[in-house]
Amino acid sequence: MTEAQAGVFVEVVGVTKRYAGVVALDGVDLIVRPGEAICLAGENGSGKSTLIKLISGVEQPTTGSIRIDGETVRRLTPRQSSAAGVMVIYQDFSLFPNLTVAENIALSTQIASHDIMSSSRKCRDIARQTLARIGVDIDLEERVELLSVAHKQLVAICRALASKARLIIMDEPTTALTAKEVRVLLSIIRKLKEDGVAILFVSHKLAEVLEVSEKVVVLRNGRKVAEGPASDFDAISLTHHMTGRDVAETPPSQLPVGTPVLLEVNGLTRAGAFEDVNFTLRKGEVLGITGLLGSGRTSLAKALFGLVAPDTGTIVLEGREVPLGDPIAAANAHIGYVPEDRLTEGLFLSQSIVRNVAVGRLHAHQNLGVLSLNALVAEAAGWLQRLKVKAPDIEAPVQSLSGGNQQRVALARWLSRGPRVLVLNGPSVGVDVGSKSDIHAIIRELAGEGIGVIVISDDLPELIATCHRILVMRAGRIVDEMEGGSVSEEQLSVRLAS
Amino acid sequence: MNRANPTIAVVQSPEFRLFVIAALVFAFMSILSPDRFLSVQNLTSMAFQFPEFAILALAVTITMMTGGIDLSIVGIANLSAVIAAIILTTFSDPAMPVGESLVWLALAIGASLSVGVVAGLLNGSLVAFYGLPPILATLGTGLIFTGLAIALTGGSAVMGFPSSVAWLGNQQVLGIPVPLIVFVVLAVLLHFILTRTAFGIRVTMFGANPLAALYAAIDVDRMLLKVYVISGLFASTAGLIIMSRANSAKADYGSSYLLLAVLIAVLGGINPYGGRGRVIGIVFAVLAMQFLSSGLNMLQFSNFARELIWGVLLIFVMIINTKNWAGIFVPMARKPGKTS
Amino acid sequence: MTGFLGKDFWMRNETLVALVIVLFCVFAAISDPNFLSVTTLSDLSRASIVIGILAIAAMIVLISGGIDVSFTAIAVFGMYASTKLALAIWPDMPWPLIFVMSAGIGALLGSVNGVFIAFFGLPTLIVTLGTLSIFRGFLLTFIGSQRISDLPPAMRDFSRGVLARGTTEAGYFYSIPWAILALVGVVVLTWFILSKTMLGRAIFAIGGSVESARRVGINVKWTQFFVYVYVGALAGLAGAIHGSMGRMADPFSLVGTELSVIAAVVLGGARLIGGYGTITGTLLGVGLIVLVQNSLIVIGVPTTWQSVVVGLLILLGTGLPAWRAKHAASGNA
Repeated sequence: MTEAQAGVFVEVVGVTKRYAGVVALDGVDLIVRPGEAICLAGENGSGKSTLIKLISGVEQPTTGSIRIDGETVRRLTPRQSSAAGVMVIYQDFSLFPNLTVAENIALSTQIASHDIMSSSRKCRDIARQTLARIGVDIDLEERVELLSVAHKQLVAICRALASKARLIIMDEPTTALTAKEVRVLLSIIRKLKEDGVAILFVSHKLAEVLEVSEKVVVLRNGRKVAEGPASDFDAISLTHHMTGRDVAETPPSQLPVGTPVLLEVNGLTRAGAFEDVNFTLRKGEVLGITGLLGSGRTSLAKALFGLVAPDTGTIVLEGREVPLGDPIAAANAHIGYVPEDRLTEGLFLSQSIVRNVAVGRLHAHQNLGVLSLNALVAEAAGWLQRLKVKAPDIEAPVQSLSGGNQQRVALARWLSRGPRVLVLNGPSVGVDVGSKSDIHAIIRELAGEGIGVIVISDDLPELIATCHRILVMRAGRIVDEMEGGSVSEEQLSVRLAS
Repeated sequence: MNRANPTIAVVQSPEFRLFVIAALVFAFMSILSPDRFLSVQNLTSMAFQFPEFAILALAVTITMMTGGIDLSIVGIANLSAVIAAIILTTFSDPAMPVGESLVWLALAIGASLSVGVVAGLLNGSLVAFYGLPPILATLGTGLIFTGLAIALTGGSAVMGFPSSVAWLGNQQVLGIPVPLIVFVVLAVLLHFILTRTAFGIRVTMFGANPLAALYAAIDVDRMLLKVYVISGLFASTAGLIIMSRANSAKADYGSSYLLLAVLIAVLGGINPYGGRGRVIGIVFAVLAMQFLSSGLNMLQFSNFARELIWGVLLIFVMIINTKNWAGIFVPMARKPGKTS
Repeated sequence: MTGFLGKDFWMRNETLVALVIVLFCVFAAISDPNFLSVTTLSDLSRASIVIGILAIAAMIVLISGGIDVSFTAIAVFGMYASTKLALAIWPDMPWPLIFVMSAGIGALLGSVNGVFIAFFGLPTLIVTLGTLSIFRGFLLTFIGSQRISDLPPAMRDFSRGVLARGTTEAGYFYSIPWAILALVGVVVLTWFILSKTMLGRAIFAIGGSVESARRVGINVKWTQFFVYVYVGALAGLAGAIHGSMGRMADPFSLVGTELSVIAAVVLGGARLIGGYGTITGTLLGVGLIVLVQNSLIVIGVPTTWQSVVVGLLILLGTGLPAWRAKHAASGNA
């Protein structure tokens, strides 16, 4: 062991990974020292998840090597990796909803020690000790399905600790947490670091964890494009490195004075989610709604489309009140909603591209109960062409498309219905950089046609590039309003966090 | 699958494999016993035998397309038949003038189809509005329907119908058995519903991803109601054919048909998790089953051997359809809809 | 409502089923004072033995996230094949050996399910639907389709063996058969496996989430394989007991009751999605089903309404939790 290697736990050396000709990782190095927290940032498809798979032994690098405790491991297996103390906490936590907190925490330890009998006392002891280690009190006998997301995450952390974790890899750790829960998480991370546990945060959004991190590594298209002390980075520079974009898109020009109001939201309240939300949306306006996680922005977006039923308030579209809590009524009132999670909420993955578009227009092509398939397909194909969806065969399943093209398919479905208001939740999440600016262009074009567009997003450059006005939400309320054209990213991020 | 190669797409489809299996069984049986298997008498008798359970398989098909299942079909069939039979035996008698008895027959058929509709509405509301898993909802209602049929009849067969009743199950029109005509009409109808109506496409899409269906503003509850009503209607139709062929109605007729219908649906390439399947697959599956059982019958195999071979066929086709021979020892069918 | 009852005591299926049983007994006792007697109890427990063992088997499969409809065919196969084998090679074979043989045959058939489900990854309902036909078809075609009433003498001895017998003061005869010990044994063994061994924890974990189970290092395939083998063995045992208590090896019996057995398990709180199920709940579910099947007439409901009542119970027993879950889900969407 040389001087330089002393105190290095995991070392990734010049690792390249190819899948069937596609280069997912290209000559990446990474050093993890005990007690160190590292942010591994990158957009979807940048190679982050491939790197996790290599470190956890799920897959092997095409070239390059991985050293653990200074020793090069040939064909690292998941078993070797976890025996060495590398634990991955996936975004879904991989917990067992039907088992208790204690069982969830102790299970992998008991399995690893090849126990045959299951002692509930041993199980509770392990759980109590690890919970005490991070200074958290959770009822050991509670079933995990009944816990909040934040507590589930803590259980997952405890499970990793119980298995003598020396490196905890956390995939998208803050996505579902409220601001307060993020603070609790950060204080626990500090404790773990004092204990010598290394942490690797993996995310496309890391501003929240920068303060506890020592080092930032940014991946883009499989390459390491930036590395340095965390103090050198902030939310904006991270985004720049991740997207590789320097030239900002031109924000939309001001709406002419006297543009009629399209949508009016009055006093919309839902206990525990959002409170007394009021805003208007004018014809052809792009309105951004942003806020940190847990600010209520997604609940509000869903409420606009009837997926969440508000307790009080009204939504008025062109003078007519839209029934609350009924997506079908909202759709009939020409409100469209493109959800954040394309794969589970937005698309019918196994169904054809053309069907995914046409499903929104079935009623219109029905004559005496019979569908006119030709007209339906022609119309859908027209929309696909208009949105420049690159598909060799529109009868192929939609899952064969790239993220950007999938998002356009989801858009095409709603556009074909002639929406007056379109709610886009995270319109460019998981979309490559090129498609992203295309989608922004589409948003501007739609607004030009007089559609009111609401963009829900935490991607600040995106909001600035597309929105006329930006509303900021905090703790369920709209607390700030800004003109899109006049605000800078710095100003916006300050107002967001204050 | 690629548009440039439609032939390959067809050849690779599970339906085509089933067609090959059905054709092979037919050829095999024809060679083994050409005089008897290919005789007009045998062919006609096959055509009388399969429609009743084939129609039940169609009922299972549409529910399975949504990722559900209808285990109450046999209960619905028998309850419908018992209601029709009670009307017929109470108000009509063999000595009655033909015209009058036809009126009662029409009423009885109407009543029995209404039973199918009501039963379907019950199943559909349990699944759509109360969120019961379809397998349990229809298991429970199936017991209730069968139970009502038992309670109404005391468990014995109802018989003594006017002769017009026999027409549905035992007559031929232009040499084609009436039950076969009914099956063909219903199969074409279901194929049409699933591929050429907005409702049918919604059914398939819902089966593929129920959550996305909600986000696409599909009226999921009404759609599910319709699905189970159609299933109920098909089941009552099958019940009427069974009644006519048996010239009686009883609470426990066709009790082996439930598993047979599910088996045919799965064999026919309907994805039990929903979202995939074609009626033509059901037709080939039914034909394969029927050729096999008639052929085996002719070769002096017992009914039990037939059951054995059906089971083997089902698992054989399932294994072929997973077409993951290289990865047999890697997980293939992952259970969907389960997250922690 | 916390404390020793647990905070979800009143929400549990077990509690609901127990309440229904108590209500049923109260009504029955009012309309027929003789209902509350040792005789009734011994009749009901006698009727619960076979369905009880089968229900425990079905419960384990549900917990592991699968569903098995072939266990009745396995039970009959084991019973008939072992009886026939005993008669052919050693008619005086002691009954424990016959029972072990039947359980062994059951385990073998269960391993067929296990191979297709665990190693080929086929859906459990489809596989067991297929093997139901295969096992039954094979039995009736190649082993026999005649009822055997001349059982090996040891099996008849077994059915005569009682733990206790007597006559109540009212003059009714009662007896508690040895076979009840088999149910007790199965319950204890299954309880031990499920709650005291890592294997049991693994079965629950797989039912909770297959993917997570794989990630924490559980051997999912072998655990699933074990489940179907164990279930096969229990079914074989239940079959042998069924044969000897009925004093006849009838190859046509039992098959057709699989859905009512599953209904009993579901009534007791096991969920189709896997990961949930308790022995107490299952036994209560069995108790309720047996009560309905045997004593409906006592509370003035004609026996012909039996399946209607069972159907309603299933809808209520599964409908209430499903309805609650649906409302809870739409509440915090």
